Amino acid sequence: MMRKSLLVVSLLLMLGAAGSAQSPVLLNAAGATFPYPIYSKWFDVYHNEHPNVQINYQSIGSGGGIRQLLAGTVDFGASDGPMSDDQLSQAKFKILHFPTVLGAVVPTYNLPGVTAELSFTQKALAGIYLNAITKWNDPEIGKANPGVNLPAADIVVVHRSDGSGTSYIWTDFLSKASDDWKSKVGKSTSVNWPTGLGGKGNEGVSGLVKQTPYAIGYIELIYAVQNNIAYGKVQNAAGKFVKADLAGVTAAAESAAKEIPDDFRVSITNAPGATAYPISSFTWLLIPAQISDADKRDAIKGFLKWMLSDGQKYNEGLTYAQLPKAVIAKETKAISLVQ
Amino acid sequence: MSASATTIDHAAPPEAGPRALIRRLRHGDEVAHLLTLVFAAGILLITSLLVYELWINSHLSRAKFGWPFFWTRVWDPVFDDFGAAPFIYGTLITSVVALLIAVPLGLAVAIFLAELAPRRLSDSVAFLIDLLAAVPSVIYGLLGIFIVVPLVRTTIGPALINTLGRVPVVGAFFRPPNYGVGFFTAGLVLAIMVVPFIISVSREVLLTVPRDQREAALALGATRWESTWQVVVPWARTGIMGSIFLALARALGETMAVTMVIGNDPKIAASLFAPGYTIAAVIANEFTEATGDLYLSALIELGLVLFLMTFILNGLARILIVATERGGGRPA
Amino acid sequence: MSRLRLLWRKSLNGIMLSLTGVAAFAVVSVLFLILGYLLFNGGKSLNWDFFTKLPKPVGEAGGGMANAILGSLKLLLLAAVFGLPVGLMAGIYLAEFGSKTFSFVIRYTTDLLNGVPSIVIGIFAYSLVVLPVKHFSTLAGGVALAIMVIPITVRSTEEFLRSVPGSLREGAMALGASKWKTIATVVLPAASGGILTGMLLALARVAGETAPLLFTAFSNRFWSASWSQPTASLPVMIYTYAIATYDDWHRQAWAAGLVLLMLVLLANLGCRLALSSRGSARSA
Repeated sequence: MMRKSLLVVSLLLMLGAAGSAQSPVLLNAAGATFPYPIYSKWFDVYHNEHPNVQINYQSIGSGGGIRQLLAGTVDFGASDGPMSDDQLSQAKFKILHFPTVLGAVVPTYNLPGVTAELSFTQKALAGIYLNAITKWNDPEIGKANPGVNLPAADIVVVHRSDGSGTSYIWTDFLSKASDDWKSKVGKSTSVNWPTGLGGKGNEGVSGLVKQTPYAIGYIELIYAVQNNIAYGKVQNAAGKFVKADLAGVTAAAESAAKEIPDDFRVSITNAPGATAYPISSFTWLLIPAQISDADKRDAIKGFLKWMLSDGQKYNEGLTYAQLPKAVIAKETKAISLVQ
Repeated sequence: MSASATTIDHAAPPEAGPRALIRRLRHGDEVAHLLTLVFAAGILLITSLLVYELWINSHLSRAKFGWPFFWTRVWDPVFDDFGAAPFIYGTLITSVVALLIAVPLGLAVAIFLAELAPRRLSDSVAFLIDLLAAVPSVIYGLLGIFIVVPLVRTTIGPALINTLGRVPVVGAFFRPPNYGVGFFTAGLVLAIMVVPFIISVSREVLLTVPRDQREAALALGATRWESTWQVVVPWARTGIMGSIFLALARALGETMAVTMVIGNDPKIAASLFAPGYTIAAVIANEFTEATGDLYLSALIELGLVLFLMTFILNGLARILIVATERGGGRPA
Repeated sequence: MSRLRLLWRKSLNGIMLSLTGVAAFAVVSVLFLILGYLLFNGGKSLNWDFFTKLPKPVGEAGGGMANAILGSLKLLLLAAVFGLPVGLMAGIYLAEFGSKTFSFVIRYTTDLLNGVPSIVIGIFAYSLVVLPVKHFSTLAGGVALAIMVIPITVRSTEEFLRSVPGSLREGAMALGASKWKTIATVVLPAASGGILTGMLLALARVAGETAPLLFTAFSNRFWSASWSQPTASLPVMIYTYAIATYDDWHRQAWAAGLVLLMLVLLANLGCRLALSSRGSARSA
C-alpha cells in the first residue's frame, strides 16, 4: 500500500514537472464517434505544438456530446448531425457550429455468386430499407445493374443498433430520396427501422453483412476503405451513379458551400452536381459563444484556427475529405464570434 | 457490577432511560449490532435513492404513455412513440434460456469439483473459473460475434431446427429463418457469462457441507450419487439458490455482450432464432445519443420497468424456495 | 433390497457421476478456450510500450494504455474502499444480528440492486456525483463501481458466515466471549476463505465493467492528475478500441483485455497468499 501511494505520488510529481512553464489548460470535450480518429490525431498534434494545452476528447456519441455540452460538464462538443432549433433553445448559452471534416456513408452487401459492383438507385435503397423491396432480383435493383444475374433471394437488411451520426446521415439521405421514408420513418440518430438486424458500430454492421448471405448494410467510407470492404455505387441527384471517394464528397460540399447558412447548419446529402456523392455530410464542433475562462477561450480559438489551416492537411491520410476553401474562409471569420 | 465490559449479565433486568442507553452502548455487542445495521440500512438507502431517481427522470414518459407503455410494441424515436413490450419479452426470454443452460451445467460442474475431483485440481480449476468473472463483457461480445454467431448459424441452429423444431408445441421455438444472431445466441452467450458465478459459489458452498452428513448417508447404504444429490446438495440449497440469483441478476442486466449478438430488433417473435432486443441493450445503445427529453425519459422508464421485473422475478423465486422448504436443508 | 433395484441405483450412480464429469469437461474447455483466445490475441500485441506509454492517435504505431492501467487500479481501489466495507458489514448484520422482516427486506433489496443494469447505475452515479459539480471525475466512477460491488459481497459474506458451524460459536461463547468478539475472532476468520472469494468475485466483476464508467469517470487521453478529474480505464479503452475501425486498435483492445485479466489474477493471488499465510481454518 505504501509502495503504491509512493508510486502514485511520484507519478503525480512527474506530471507536474512535465507540465512545462505555463500552467496547463485542460479542456474536456465529448461527442461524435465518426470523426474520432481525426480528432484524436489533431488534438495530439496540437498538444505537441502547444504542450500546455491538453484537449481530452471522448467519443461517447453525437447525442451524448450535445447533452453533456448542455449540462455544462464539457467545454465543447461534437456532433455528426447539426443541433436542432429545439435543442439550441434548450441551451442556457449560445452555441456555434464549426464544420471540421467531411465524411460519407456507403452501402455494402454480400451476394454469393455476384462479383460485379452493384449500383443502387435512390428508390432502390429507400425501398429496401422500407421493406417494400424484398428480393434481390427486384426490377428496381435490376434496372440499374443490366447484365448482372441477381438471385431471387430475400434481402437481409442490416442497420445500426446504436444511435449514431452514420445513421443520421443515412436516414437523412433516405428522407430526401423517398417521401414515404420521410413520412413513415424520418431522420435521426436512432429510428424505428421497418425491418432488419441491428449491428453495433461499423464493425457490427459489416460483420453481420459479411457473415450473412444476401445481406445489405451501410457503413462509413473510412471503415470500408481501411478494411477493404466492397461497396456499391449510389445514384446522385443529377442521376449519375457515383462510387464514394474523397473527391466526390468534397464535390458535394462545394456545391452546398455556395448557399451555406451563416451558422453552418446544413445537410449536404443528395447535393447537386454531376460528381457529387449523395450520402455525404459535414461533422461539426459545437462551441459555446461565450467562454468566461480566458485561457480556455484562447486555447479553443487557437485550435480552431489551426484546425482550419494546418489541421486539414491530415484529413486525407485518414480518409476524411477536406473542407472546401469557401467554407474554410467563412469559418475562419466566424471564429471571432467566440468571446 | 462486573468490571469486564465484555460479559453480559443476563440475569439482570433490562434497564431504561438515556443513561442506560449509553451504558448499553458501551457493550461491544450493541455497538456491533448498530453499526452493522446502519450499513445494511445504507443499502436500502442507496436502492431507494436509485428508484427515486429513475422515477423522477422518467416522469415525462410515464405521463404521456401511462400503463399502455407495458404492452405497446412500437419504439420510434423520430415520432416519439415508445413502448416496452418487445424489450420485456427479450429480457425474459434471454434470461430464461441462459438459466436453462447455465444452471444444470454449472451445478454439474460444481458437484464434480466439490465431490469428485481431487482437491488440488478442484482448487486450480475453480481459481481459473473465478478469473472469467473479470473478462469484460465487451470481450464476451466479441467472442460471441466471432465464434458463437457463426456456430449458431451454421451448426447449432440447423441442428435444433431439424430436431426440436419438429416436436409439437416446443417446436414453435425453433423455427427458421436463422441468421446466427437472435434470442438463442444471446441466451447462450449469457449462459457462458454467468456459469462461472454458479460454479464458483456453489462449489464453495458444497465444500462447507459437513463431512458427517455425507458419511451418514453412505453409512446407510446410499451410493455416492445418492448421497450427493439427496443429502449434500439439499444441505447447500440456499447457497446454490443464491448463486442462481446472482446469475439471474447478471443475465437481466447484461448490456454489451447481449447487444452484440441479439440482432437488436425490437420485435416479439416465437422463434428463438429471430432477432430481438433487451431492456439493458437498448439503454446501452441509445442512451448516449438520445437528446430528446421524452426519448431520454422513455429510456429511463425502461430502466424502471427492468427494476420492476427484477422485483417480481425475485419474489417468485423466493416463493418457490419457501414452497420447496421441506427440511433436509441446513438449519437456518 | 432387490438385485434389480440395486443394479439400477448403481448404474444411475455411474451415469450421473460421469455426466458431471462430462459437463465439467465441456464447460471447463469452453472457458479455457476463452482464456486461450484472449491470451493468444492479447499476447501478440503486448509489449513494454503498452504498459508505459499513453495512447497514440490512430495510424501511429506504438502508444499504450499506461494511463488506463493506472486508472483501473485507482477505480478498483475506490470501489473496494467504499463498497467492500458496506457489503461486509451488511452481510454480518444479516448473518449474525438480523431481525426477521428487516433482514428479508435487506436481502430482497440487495438482489434488486444486483439486477440493475450497469448503465443505469452509471446514470445514477452521474446524477449524484457528476451533475452537481459539473465535471466528470474518477471519484464518480469509483462510486458507481462501489455500488455494484456491494450486492455480491453481502450475499457471499452472509452465506459463508452462516456456514460456520454452531459448535464453533458456542465454544467461543462458553469461554466467555461476547457476541461481537466471537464474530470478530472466531466466526469471521473461519469464514474468511468464502468471504474473500465473494469479495474478489465482486471486484473481478466490476473490473471489467464499461457502461457505469462512460458517464462518471468519462475517460482521459492524458494522465489523470487527481481524483476529481476524468480518468482512462481499461474497460472503456477496450470498448472504444474494439468497435473502432482500425486493426491496430483491435489488437490493443485484446491486449488490454489480457492485461485486465492479469490484474485480477494478481489481485486474487495476492489476497489468497496473504490469507493463507495467516492460516485460516476451513471446515471441510
